[in-house]
Formats: sequence, C-alpha cells, structure tokens
Amino acid sequence: MLNPQKLSDPEPDPRGAILPLTAHEITLRLANEDLLHEIDLVIEARSRTIILGPNGAGKSLLLRVLHGLKAPTSGEVLWAGAPLDSVARARQAMVFQRPVLLRRSALANITFVLHRAKLSRQDREARARAYLEMAELEHRAQTPARLLSGGEQQRLAIVRALALNPEILFLDEPTASLDPAATLAIEQLIDTVHNGGTKIVLVTHDIGQARRLADDVIFLHRGRVAEHSQADVFFAQPTSAAARAFLAGQIVT
Amino acid sequence: MSDDSSVLSLALRLLATGDDNLYAIIGLSMRVSLAAVGLGCLLGIPLGAALAVLRFPGRTVVTALLNSFMGLPPVVVGLLIYLLLSRSGPLGFLGLLYTPSAMIIAQTLLVTPIVAALSRQTIADLNDEYAELFRSLDLGLAARLGALIRDGRYSLMTAALAGFGRAIAEVGAVMIVGGNIAGATRVMTTAIALETSKGELALAIALGLILIALAMAVNLMVLGLNNFAQRRAYA
Repeated sequence: MLNPQKLSDPEPDPRGAILPLTAHEITLRLANEDLLHEIDLVIEARSRTIILGPNGAGKSLLLRVLHGLKAPTSGEVLWAGAPLDSVARARQAMVFQRPVLLRRSALANITFVLHRAKLSRQDREARARAYLEMAELEHRAQTPARLLSGGEQQRLAIVRALALNPEILFLDEPTASLDPAATLAIEQLIDTVHNGGTKIVLVTHDIGQARRLADDVIFLHRGRVAEHSQADVFFAQPTSAAARAFLAGQIVT
Repeated sequence: MSDDSSVLSLALRLLATGDDNLYAIIGLSMRVSLAAVGLGCLLGIPLGAALAVLRFPGRTVVTALLNSFMGLPPVVVGLLIYLLLSRSGPLGFLGLLYTPSAMIIAQTLLVTPIVAALSRQTIADLNDEYAELFRSLDLGLAARLGALIRDGRYSLMTAALAGFGRAIAEVGAVMIVGGNIAGATRVMTTAIALETSKGELALAIALGLILIALAMAVNLMVLGLNNFAQRRAYA
C-alpha cells in the first residue's frame, strides 16, 4: 500500500495547478460524422469523475481529446483557463485499456518514466520500488512486464502513470478484460491514488464500477454529453432518457 | 588431379593442422565482414529507426528504395566502389583500392540496406505498440528512438546477423575492390574462386566447409536469440 514517506516529493511542486480542465464546444468529425458533438464540460480537481455510456458513445475519443492525444475538429481544451502547454502536458498521465508496457522488467518500466525527474540512480530505483509496492508487485520487480498477468500489467501501468506525479490521471476502461478479483484490486488502487490527491477521470461502460467509484458522472450518448451531475443525483434521478434507459439495463445505442 | 575422397581428406587435414595460409584467409574474412557489419549497424539502425518513426514526404519512396537495395548485386557495388577509389576516381587520392579498407567499404554498402530495412520493420512494429504511450509521456525524438532501439535489440541483432551472413558469403565486391592479393586481400570466397579455377580443390573445399559452418552458426545464433527473447517476453 501507499507509503507517503517514500513517495512524497522532497519539495512541493512549484509548477502550480492545471485544473480545472475545461472542454469548450469540442467537436470531433471523422468521415463526415460527428463522433463528438459540441461538448462543454468543466472537470474540477480532486474528485473522481466517471465518463459513463454505451459502447460507441465516444467515451474513449473524448478521453483522448482531453489528454491531448487527438486534436478536436473544433473547440478547445483548456487547463486552468489556458491551452495545453508543456507544464500541463507533464502534469497529466493516462492508462490505456490495453496496458502499453515496455519490453523490460516491471521495475524498469517505472524507472523509465522517472528519467525526467532529476534523481540519482539509487533514488530512482527506490522510488520505483515504492510504486511497485503500492501496486503489490514488489515480488515481481525483475519479471519482464509482459509476463505479468492481465491484472498485474494494468496495476503496473497505473503506478507507472502515477510515477509521473500527475495532477490528473486518465484511465480508459482499465478493467475491461479483467475478472472480478483483478477488477477489485484495480479499483482499490484507484482509490489509493484518489486518496493521495490525484484527480481521477475514468471511462467505463460498467454501471457497477461507476457506482463504486464515482463522485460525479458524465453520461455520454452518441457523442454528446447527455448529463453531468453528482453521482448520488445521477444514480437516483437521471434526467436524460438515455441515461434512464442505460441505468435500467436496457440496450442503449 | 586427385579423386574426390583424397581431396576431402586433404581439406580436413588442412583444417586440423592449422595451416597458416588457411587461417590467415579466414581471419581476414572475419575482420573485413565484422567491420562492415559494425559500420552497417552504426549507419543502418539509426536510418531504419528514423524511417520507422519520422513522417516526411517521400518516406514511402525511400523505404521502397531501401528494400530494393537489400538485393544489390555485389559485383555492381564492387564496380561502384572501384570507380570511386581508382587512381582517377574522386576518392583515388586516398589510395585505398586493393586494401582491406576498400573491401570493408564495399561490404558496408551491401550490409547497410539489409540492416536498415530489417531494423525499419522491427522498429515500426514496436513503434505501433508504443506510439500512444510515448505521446502521452511527451517524449522527445531522441528518447523515443533510444527506447525503441533498446527494446528491439534482439530483433536488431538478428538484422545484424543477416547482414553478416550476406557479407561473409559475397565474392563479387571483395574480388573487384580487393583484388584477391595473396597475404593482403585474399578472403575465403575469393580464395575459393581462385583455387577452384586452378584445380586446387583441397583448399577450396576446406574454405567451403568453413563458410558453411559459419552460415550454420549464424543461423543457430539467430534461432537462439529469438528463443531467448521470446522466453523473456521481449520479442
């Protein structure tokens, strides 16, 4: 589990906050189709924001646009009111649905991203081991990352993203192909990350997972934000027809 | 001329007794081809990596050219280097013609496209896998290339071995720019060609056996590397 002593920065981060994250009239058009349509969102610091919706609603695309991997056709993404710059770039991290792990040991996967921090070799390795411990992977330090189980790989990907010391962490369906036990371990790890003060933005189509994790819910339907509300409000009284149908277990396309 | 079985036993005796002439020829072959592979890797791996990662106009054409250069005829490469290095050529003042250096240059030209084309494929595949992560991490070009080359190292070694196989076995280029001078530029392939034409089959066969053994050793190393890499889940 998290050992704040080992992971806390020697001095506070001088770079300042990059949140809230604002999406301003984001439209993404591919092959004459609006995959995302005039999306307006304000995503505040610290809470766990869940982007929920059926397959094909544009959840992963929205996440990629917010993270800056994909440029929107029109509209803009603002970090604390300013366009993406190198500071905002460095203060965010993303975990992909299929973890992208380097063909190295679990430990080396983490030291790789720590290269940006100016640390001695020993400090870097000590930090990397603390992150492995957080993912309960300390006994797997020297195992090639790609020989880990699916759940272990995803936990490694999460703490590797965390090693970047992000203010905001994007997760794209991190438990999509995992069994319940592995899913639970991931959700506990996400809770730990959240308790450490990192903003979570997580995409899922799993209503149970949204209920377990969400502070606020963005419900996406056909490339539009059907609603964005506090989790208790959303699950008790969804205002959009699409969200009501989705929560009732009907097939929503 | 002796019959086949006595020629073969003579060849084996040459190998077993450590004939100086024979081993000098083998040594020069190895030196020239290893140097060419070393240079070919220094040039070819960064070239292949750049082609795999960078997007620029004409990239497809360059890739197609590179792939077709994998099959450059050694005699043509030999001729080209000969023209460059001959007394009246643009690099004639270097006085390199008929030296091992000229042979290394010619074989480097043969090996580089092979290493570059195979590296490009390896690194392009790896880059497809890593590209989104690298963008998310906001890595610079040097860091990206470094990570791709490091993580693709086993496949890149295979590319280098393929280049070595090409260099050690070719005869046309070293013959033209080296001149097959005894004790100076005579390598296994040119010696085999000469000894065979003279009817001195024992030495030719001994060298032929060595070449085949080398080819097999290279292939075994490739297999071994692939196995090792797969076991470590790096490939």
